[in-house]
Amino acid sequence: MAKTVALTGNAACAQAMRQINPDVVAAYPITPQTTIVEEFATFVANGKVNTEFINVESEHSAMSACVGASAAGARVMTTTSSQGLALMWEILYIASSLRLPIVMHNVNRTLSGPINIHCDHSDSMGARDAGWIQLFCENAQEAYDTTIQAIRIAENKNVHLPVMILYDGFIISHAITRLELLEDEDVKKFVGDYKPEKYLLDIENPVAVGSFDGLHGFYFEHKKVQNEVIERSKDVIVKVGNEYGKLSGRSYGLFEEYKLDDAEVGIVVLGSTAGTAKLVVDQMRDNNKKVGLLKLRSFRPFPAKELFDSLKKLKALAVLDRSSSTGSFGGPLFGEIRSAFYDGKNSPKIIGYIYGLGGRDVSLNDIEKVCNDLSDIVKTGKIKKEIDYLGVRE
Amino acid sequence: MKWDIKNIKNWKYNQHLEGALIPEAGNAEYYKTGGWRTERPVIDKEKCTNCLFCWIFCPDTSVIVEDAKIKEFDYDHCKGCGVCAVECPKSAISMIDENEFKKQENT
Ligand code: SF4
Ligand code: SF4
Repeated sequence: MAKTVALTGNAACAQAMRQINPDVVAAYPITPQTTIVEEFATFVANGKVNTEFINVESEHSAMSACVGASAAGARVMTTTSSQGLALMWEILYIASSLRLPIVMHNVNRTLSGPINIHCDHSDSMGARDAGWIQLFCENAQEAYDTTIQAIRIAENKNVHLPVMILYDGFIISHAITRLELLEDEDVKKFVGDYKPEKYLLDIENPVAVGSFDGLHGFYFEHKKVQNEVIERSKDVIVKVGNEYGKLSGRSYGLFEEYKLDDAEVGIVVLGSTAGTAKLVVDQMRDNNKKVGLLKLRSFRPFPAKELFDSLKKLKALAVLDRSSSTGSFGGPLFGEIRSAFYDGKNSPKIIGYIYGLGGRDVSLNDIEKVCNDLSDIVKTGKIKKEIDYLGVRE
Repeated sequence: MKWDIKNIKNWKYNQHLEGALIPEAGNAEYYKTGGWRTERPVIDKEKCTNCLFCWIFCPDTSVIVEDAKIKEFDYDHCKGCGVCAVECPKSAISMIDENEFKKQENT
């Protein structure tokens, strides 16, 4: 039986970590992730888990310790945010190229500067090329559920990739909401025992990990494999999401479609803003406006074909980016969605908005404005502004 | 596990081990680093007292010892760094320009 509780997103994720009971956690506190580490450290101190908790002096060391422990054959988790993720940068690539199934929360916070501790997605977007699976969550329930699924996805023998669970700083991490926790036993059964195939502490079959490749040069070959593997992981994400649905009543896929079936215009969004946008969609529907929403869960792997199939019937589409890739043509999500539509016939007109940077609140009015802009595009057939800002003081 | 890498340069991208693992421990000896050498250590056995300092200091385990005595250098792997020559308390090791040996080979 599931338990209904009132918890912050961070407390919910700490509970998921307790239930998973990983072999090793190496983490360093950073706002707004701190309370996960605090709470988990309490579980360790009180003997609620058997985890070896490694106190480190920086996130660079945290991820390095995770890589070492995972290569040694342990089930490993960590958590971070913002500058912490930035400090892990070079080791993120090592973790994915060594194919280590490390699972990490990144509680979304902007990257300085100016120094700012609030939510946007610039931290995780900066790590989008690091070879990690990236799953965005709308609320605390999804963050909890995705933590449990991430273990199965990362450790699947057709995947063996690290997974980053992303949820919005403060909005999800610190707000208390109602959610359901699974029974400890059910989580234990769902994640199962970790049985690595080749690992450093297997003294019967010694291996060398992380050797220099520059002389013969097989780097290129390994990158092609990584691309193929992360593409294949789409099936595993869906399979694990469905299996989790049987256990919990909440199924997950690569994205969630909300009232898209007969929609004329649509919005694509990541993270907690999906909740706000759903409310606006409902209000628009009450006024007979055919608006729909697609909440992308899996940003890496990017399900280009699946997104195309889901959104191709729309007349106009707005992509909302909570990060700005300075100097690029629109935000990262906008660019990839537009690219997915390049070969499509009768593709929707696609516009992009940068919103919510540095924790700027996104209101119902903002999303309404987006819907109205889309309606205008459908009516006039003309785009006034391809890429615009939402909520900036102009 | 013995790892057959004779043809590794022609392996297809998906023939390599996951995560660029190397399944054979200590296989660095397959990689002959002797070609990097510009100077070759040469020992004067008259001066040598077999203290084994050179053996301890060699960063490439290229001083071969037998029955607690210096036998020879492993020129397949010795990179010619000269550490042994510097550390030898008896100055029994000289570093000789590789060109000298090339000249000898050519004549
Ligand atoms: S020159 Fe360097 S590598 Fe060669 S034997 Fe001496 S110490 Fe070892
Ligand atoms: S350090 Fe010099 S004296 Fe000692 S064993 Fe080596 S060559 Fe001989």
